Amino acid sequence: MGKLIYLDNAATTKTAPEVVSEMLPYFTENYGNPSSIYSIGGTAKEAVTKVRERIASSLGAKNNEIYFTGGGSESDNWALIATAQAYEAKGKHIITSKIEHHAILHACSYLEKQGYEITYVDVDENGIVKLDELERAIRPDTVLISVMFANNEIGTIQPIKEIGAIAKARGVLFHTDAVQAYAHVPIDVDEMNIDMLSASGHKFHGPKGIGFLYIRTGIKIRSFIHGGQQERGRRAGTENVTGIVGMGKAVELSFSRMEESAAKQKELRDYLIKRIKEEVPYCRLNGDGVRRLPNNVNYSFQFIEGESLLIMLDMKGICASSGSACTSGSLDPSHVLLSIGLPHEIAHGSLRLTVSEENTIEEMDIVIDAIKEIVDKLRKMSPLYEDFIKKQGK
Amino acid sequence: MYTEKVMDHFEHPRNVGEIENASGVGTVGNAKCGDIMRMYLDIDEDGIIRDCKFKTFGCGAAVATSSMATELVKGKNVQDALLVTNKAVMEALDGLPPVKVHCSLLAEEAIHAALWDYAGKHGIEIEGLVKPKSDIHEGEEAEEEEY
Repeated sequence: MGKLIYLDNAATTKTAPEVVSEMLPYFTENYGNPSSIYSIGGTAKEAVTKVRERIASSLGAKNNEIYFTGGGSESDNWALIATAQAYEAKGKHIITSKIEHHAILHACSYLEKQGYEITYVDVDENGIVKLDELERAIRPDTVLISVMFANNEIGTIQPIKEIGAIAKARGVLFHTDAVQAYAHVPIDVDEMNIDMLSASGHKFHGPKGIGFLYIRTGIKIRSFIHGGQQERGRRAGTENVTGIVGMGKAVELSFSRMEESAAKQKELRDYLIKRIKEEVPYCRLNGDGVRRLPNNVNYSFQFIEGESLLIMLDMKGICASSGSACTSGSLDPSHVLLSIGLPHEIAHGSLRLTVSEENTIEEMDIVIDAIKEIVDKLRKMSPLYEDFIKKQGK
Repeated sequence: MYTEKVMDHFEHPRNVGEIENASGVGTVGNAKCGDIMRMYLDIDEDGIIRDCKFKTFGCGAAVATSSMATELVKGKNVQDALLVTNKAVMEALDGLPPVKVHCSLLAEEAIHAALWDYAGKHGIEIEGLVKPKSDIHEGEEAEEEEY
């Protein structure tokens, strides 16, 4: 097996070396508690403040609107559950989409058990939320709309500005799970009328276990972790200083080279999309051709199952992911792929490749050759393919 | 996640293919749940399984259990082939992760389906063989409850 080819950057990214070196002094020297009075505590506090400012400015937000959390899932849970509770007097209805991350969907089913009502809006065949349906779903007791900025599986970017405008016009709060989008595509919370936004450090070469929630000034939201006065008393617990510092460096790096990085990723993405389409028969590109994250490729290969494909790619040193049931431990394939209208057997045969700017065209060539060989091998083993060929022969 | 034997049978599956004019063919599973197995048996006049081939759409465990099942039934007479249970297949593979146990059930079911087809075609009764379920996952989905 040769060098590892990592194409699962939507799952997590390699921590940038600059991020690691930025973090190290906060383990070894500036380990003080930011709430303390002595100097090393002050140094840590200063570092946290700087990162807060940097994140705020990256979104067009104010410093005191950024709250550090343990990551994307915590931010999503906090935004949904605490907002629902805070606005209970207005109503107990929330609108979201059918293709959200489980951090949203499972928080929603938790709320349903607590007596809240959730409307799950459909998406079209490319995974774009149906705006007319979303607008029709708004009721007098609707308190929150939560729609992801970009989908983690198929990379579809939602019409966030339009959703924000609808929410604003109807007096409903708007949260977006931007875990896949933040630091990858430009976001302006005012221009897009975003009231709350979740992000996660490890999706853009920062460390794991750190993220943030943007909460617009004036929004009532309950404390999620009760304790000390950290994060203005809304999210208690000693700050994850090393994580915050690392995420801050990753923000700096990502925003300083966002355009060129996106261009490089798009080149790799489009190369993969084009060659797979031309060279692998019976495949289907999932997600929108244009409104798509720069790093995302998602294909379904008919007649084969995703986990087998992943294991065989892994044997060749290629890291990827799939929406197959077998990779999730349940019997159903990805809810995202089913929501865009794929039949079960096609959803089982999906492959997600998510690139980073560090990948090369040479790597893409190796990956495409591997996919061709493996898909062919698995089809020769597949009773579905056998039936298909026999049917065609008739 | 998988044992070395599972990986070996996945990477180098034994007896992949079809048998023309097979004595018995059985297909089980469904595409909805992500695995389908088809088993072909070539059985001689003495009821000995001379050859066995398979085709499988499914995960690594589905491929490995099919492969192992063909190895285990080959050379056995039809009666003894019934002893190739899902447990036997799992043991021969040094175990499967809990979420993959249904793959071994599918392999057992595929053997039974092929034997059932053979028995029907030849007017033979195989003691202890009951009509296999065509869909191993029937009624299974409602059982999982979250939280």
